[in-house]
Amino acid sequence: MFYRAHVLIEMTSNSIHLGASQVKERLEREIAQAGLSNEVKVLETGPLGRGVPSPFLMIYPDNIMYAPVTVSEVREIVSEHLLKGRPVERLIVSETAPALKEGYFRPSPLAKEKRVVLRNSGLIDPGSIEDYIAQDGYQALGKVLSMSRQEAINIVKDSGLVGRGGAGFPTGLKLEFTMKAPGEEKYVVCNADEGEQGTFKDRLILEGDPHSIVEAMAICGYAVGAGEGYIYIRAEYPESIRAVEKAIESATDTGLLGDGILGADFSFQVKIRQGAGAYICGEETSLLESIEGKRGEPRIKPPYPPQAGLWGKPTAINNVETLANIPPIILNGADWYKSIGTPTCPGTKVFTLTGNVNMLGLIEVPMGITLRELLYDVGGGIRGGRQMKVVQTGGPSGGTMTPDMLDVPMAFDTLAQFNSALGSGALTVVDDTHCIVDVVKNFCEFFLHESCGKCTPCRIGNKRIVEILDRMQRGRGRPGDLDLLRILGENMKTTSFCGLGQAAPNPLMKCLDYFQEEFEKHVTEHLCDCQVCEMKPKRKEVGV
Amino acid sequence: MAKVAAEVNRKDEQENVATLYLDGREIQVPASSSVLEACKSAGIHIPTLCHMDGLTPYGGCRICVVEIEGQPTLAAACVTPVREGMKIQTSSKKVREARKANLELLLSNHPLDCQLCDRNQFCELQDLAYELGVRKIRFEGEQQHHEVDISSPSVKRDLDRCILCGRCIRTCSEIQSVFAIDFANRGFESYISPSLGLPLGESVCINCGQCIHACPTGALSEVEHVEKVWDALNDPEKTVVLQTAPAIRVSIGEPFGMPQGTISTGKMVAALRRLGFDYIFDTNFSADLTIIEEGTEFITRLTQGGVLPLITSCSPGWIKFMEHFYPELMENVSTCKSPQQMLGAVVKTYFAQKIGVEAKDIVMASIMPCTAKKYECQRDEMRASGYQDVDYTLTTREAARMLREKGINLAEMPEEDFDEPLGLSTGAAAVFGATGGVMEAALRTVYEKVTGETLPKLDFMDVRGMDGVKEAIVDVKGTPVRVAVAHGLGNARTLLDTVRAGEVTYHFIEIMACPGGCIGGGGQPIPTNLDIRMKRIEAIYNVDKSFPVRKSHENPAIQKLYEDFLGEPNGEKAHHLLHTHYSCREKM
Amino acid sequence: MEAVKGENLVFSEVDEILEKYQNERTPLLAVLQDVSRKWGYLPRDVMGYVAKKLDVPSAQVWGAATFYSFFETEPVGQYMVRVCKSAPCHVLGAVNVLGTLQRELGIQVGDTSRDGKFTLQATSCLGVCGVAPAMMVNDITYGNLTEERIREVLALYE
Repeated sequence: MFYRAHVLIEMTSNSIHLGASQVKERLEREIAQAGLSNEVKVLETGPLGRGVPSPFLMIYPDNIMYAPVTVSEVREIVSEHLLKGRPVERLIVSETAPALKEGYFRPSPLAKEKRVVLRNSGLIDPGSIEDYIAQDGYQALGKVLSMSRQEAINIVKDSGLVGRGGAGFPTGLKLEFTMKAPGEEKYVVCNADEGEQGTFKDRLILEGDPHSIVEAMAICGYAVGAGEGYIYIRAEYPESIRAVEKAIESATDTGLLGDGILGADFSFQVKIRQGAGAYICGEETSLLESIEGKRGEPRIKPPYPPQAGLWGKPTAINNVETLANIPPIILNGADWYKSIGTPTCPGTKVFTLTGNVNMLGLIEVPMGITLRELLYDVGGGIRGGRQMKVVQTGGPSGGTMTPDMLDVPMAFDTLAQFNSALGSGALTVVDDTHCIVDVVKNFCEFFLHESCGKCTPCRIGNKRIVEILDRMQRGRGRPGDLDLLRILGENMKTTSFCGLGQAAPNPLMKCLDYFQEEFEKHVTEHLCDCQVCEMKPKRKEVGV
Repeated sequence: MAKVAAEVNRKDEQENVATLYLDGREIQVPASSSVLEACKSAGIHIPTLCHMDGLTPYGGCRICVVEIEGQPTLAAACVTPVREGMKIQTSSKKVREARKANLELLLSNHPLDCQLCDRNQFCELQDLAYELGVRKIRFEGEQQHHEVDISSPSVKRDLDRCILCGRCIRTCSEIQSVFAIDFANRGFESYISPSLGLPLGESVCINCGQCIHACPTGALSEVEHVEKVWDALNDPEKTVVLQTAPAIRVSIGEPFGMPQGTISTGKMVAALRRLGFDYIFDTNFSADLTIIEEGTEFITRLTQGGVLPLITSCSPGWIKFMEHFYPELMENVSTCKSPQQMLGAVVKTYFAQKIGVEAKDIVMASIMPCTAKKYECQRDEMRASGYQDVDYTLTTREAARMLREKGINLAEMPEEDFDEPLGLSTGAAAVFGATGGVMEAALRTVYEKVTGETLPKLDFMDVRGMDGVKEAIVDVKGTPVRVAVAHGLGNARTLLDTVRAGEVTYHFIEIMACPGGCIGGGGQPIPTNLDIRMKRIEAIYNVDKSFPVRKSHENPAIQKLYEDFLGEPNGEKAHHLLHTHYSCREKM
Repeated sequence: MEAVKGENLVFSEVDEILEKYQNERTPLLAVLQDVSRKWGYLPRDVMGYVAKKLDVPSAQVWGAATFYSFFETEPVGQYMVRVCKSAPCHVLGAVNVLGTLQRELGIQVGDTSRDGKFTLQATSCLGVCGVAPAMMVNDITYGNLTEERIREVLALYE
């Protein structure tokens, strides 16, 4: 059936709680009442990100977006726009909405935006494999099936793609190690246990374009010689789980998963495993333990997963965003990919903007963008015209950026030079109304809650750090507390078993240096200039 | 050709060897070594806590950290494989500070009341604090608190003293394959929990107490019977009888500073007599009795087509293990009670009659190398006289504690003998204390009973030693009798799985729950490790050699017991007093 | 069996769950998730049954059940309210969210309301920072929380 118009409505965990279901219901009712059921088709789509308020409606072929849409506005949009062809000017967000056929990159009010992993998100019906295929979906899989494993891996290697989960390990090498590891039984695992605070890029990809991940897993499966892939999705993402379930089902029905895919001698299936609320399971060996039904405690490395991973077999484990890059790299080639981003760190990165910034949301941009551009151009600046105090990148285990770093190019290598880290690309903006002791304690409490408890420095160290910060906040700080914090932090950094423990004191250590005075004031004068900390202290003693 | 081969060999060797620089000194170690092993081979001591020989490395305590050039973080020596050309610093400032900091962190979550702890002076955490020169604990704060778990008849758990090294968990799973405990919760709230968070007494724990040997601190210890025994000794109404197991005489000297592997039978008897026991008998007597009963049972099954293989039943940890995990082998297990229970039953019937004291007025105590014996003596089936065969079971450690409290230094005691008549035994009984011993003792008797001939060679070397599973074929006058011996329940599981799968057929199997047999039991002095186990085993065989009579059926006191009281081996009275039955248990 | 009457009935329901995963390797967590969805928590007897059926030592089942924060080993309220306390929510007022919920529900973090309806927990990042501060009620996420909105959301469950 031919439809005159398509209305895409954002159906995500965000938008649903903001009334998307009711809007959709109303929309369908109004369309039916207007007699447009045979002319206008309502489709669900994933999130668009980039600070577009939820839920949004995108009307094709007019390329007009309404956002946010409330139930009371639906009737007007239907009767005016869909029935009478008169867009409701006052509700329109952007007239330059993307056309479906324009390829990966859509024109955008933000010159910097470049969509590779989010190429389809918000633009297609994530529940429709036809929509995905119409956007060249599964072509990359078809292409690799005509290549040798090594050829396929070489493209990824040459592209310079590195893991987007935080560690930044070259993806092609990981695939090659797994491919070359001895053994018949191998696995591909997708790490969708997105637990870094302030990160929700993977959720958007999973909900907005689940087939891109299914396809990428099949490509990796072929490249390393695996017959089975597992996608480990955190329990906090029920919508993502549903979206991926549906994608696997339709890919299997279409013959893009299963036996003899596309007529080639390649069989592959994808299974979902759910997390159960443990941040540590984002650590790849903990994740494997979890799939194996155990406590998510990290394993001793070496051996690394490409040598001995899931059930002791060679395993290529990759983050969602990393995987989403793979089909376009295969289709467009390594040189295309290297033309994006910086010479030493090619490609795009999805940044999520959270905290005290005007526009919460996410954007995909080439590597090398500055924090200033992200905060002020994309994020619309700090809320209430305040000043930035710190920006935590990649969650508490990532890097801490202070105002002096606003112009550092954001890429794995450049941030490392500044003793910071890109991590998952989450940016948690903290403005100057916040007390640094309070903010740091919040980070440390997170690790206290999420430490697996296997090793001494992380299990007890986090506890002692939080206790010290806590007494500082209550005006009970003691002389020498800052030294103790440094000793504990340094010890945790150098002796913890896994990356979680080693990274846990990062924000503390960075802020102890940069905001030393503020910390000291809490201890020596029992004063919190931001008036965040309770400070029920013996002020008299210090003569205040 | 030869030259080429030599070169190839040299190349192989080169590939299997790694050159390292330990504190600047060049050394070569097998390429498969861990840094910890490399340091050890070079004579460099690295302090450890969660590491234990024989268990999978864990890497949790972070005490054994070393500095490796080019690596920003410190590496735990126990889990870091060596690499060609690795440059390692084992006592740099960074290393020393890190070790201290981690130890202080552990201590900040640990009670500091060493003088009240039964592991005082035998505690690795305490030793380490001394070794690393910790003078002050810089970190302080909340400590984890758990109720002491005394639900088990054998093992007491005081989790406040637990440092989460996981050695007990690995011992329970890797050595014993019981899987009774695991980590629970996470982070600072982690603790070690039995099945489903239930108290240990309701779990599949088989009471072997190997976890106590694994524990570096006072978190795990035996459930003490010391006070109850003191009370009995102080009660004028009671006749207090003691028995000591075969393995005690080769280990009880250790807590009194005697060298490991010293035989101190006479001094032990003298010391214990000074505690005030009315009679001191020898479990070795009833070990001989066990051989007569079990040997007869075996010969009957062998010659009359009974269920084979027959499996020994002396080890109560093994019995509970079988009831949980191998109930289908229940018919295979000998119905004989263990020597401890046999002696208790005989004392409260035969001996009670003899001395004219009612069973109710006899308190039967024992010193056992075993924590499971505490559980065994409380089993409902073990009441042949109408009263518990054995009332209280002391571990070797508890016995030493009682002597210490009374101010008796065992090392300085004269030599004295066990009391008659239940103190007389043979060399065959002595070897019960070592893995393979019951089998060896049984074979000595079975051979002679079946063939009617004198056994040419008493020592069955094939069933001795520390191999996990040992096999032998004994030619009993043309009939090959196939026997197997396993010690440590992980080894037992391996053996039994092949039996269950029908891969091998045996006639007779000995299983001991503890590695090395009873000399390595969960009630033995701390420390108990491989080296010490071997020294005690050597002593056990020396005890055997020192006896003029080395076959159970030649024990005159046993012969008299049958004549005067029991009648026939496996007869009605023997069956009532000396045999038992088992029941199926949940496998959870 | 605290949660339900009729042991056989319960175990037949567990059998259904187990059957669903019979071809899966190491399906323990998946099974526990389904059990948890069905009863709201993991009844001890069910864990014991699952351990036996999957041939996993029950100490390990307990170890896993207590490791993951989405598993409860004691009965909880009909609705599990999980409030994000991670930094992106924290700097946008997560403390107020918790305070409001504690006041509205009359319970502290970690507790269950007397009518057995709500259990309140603080949790790590829910991954909906774009609408911070946020909370989850059972499977549904609610964001842009204000005092008023919290009351609206709670009303949905009254």
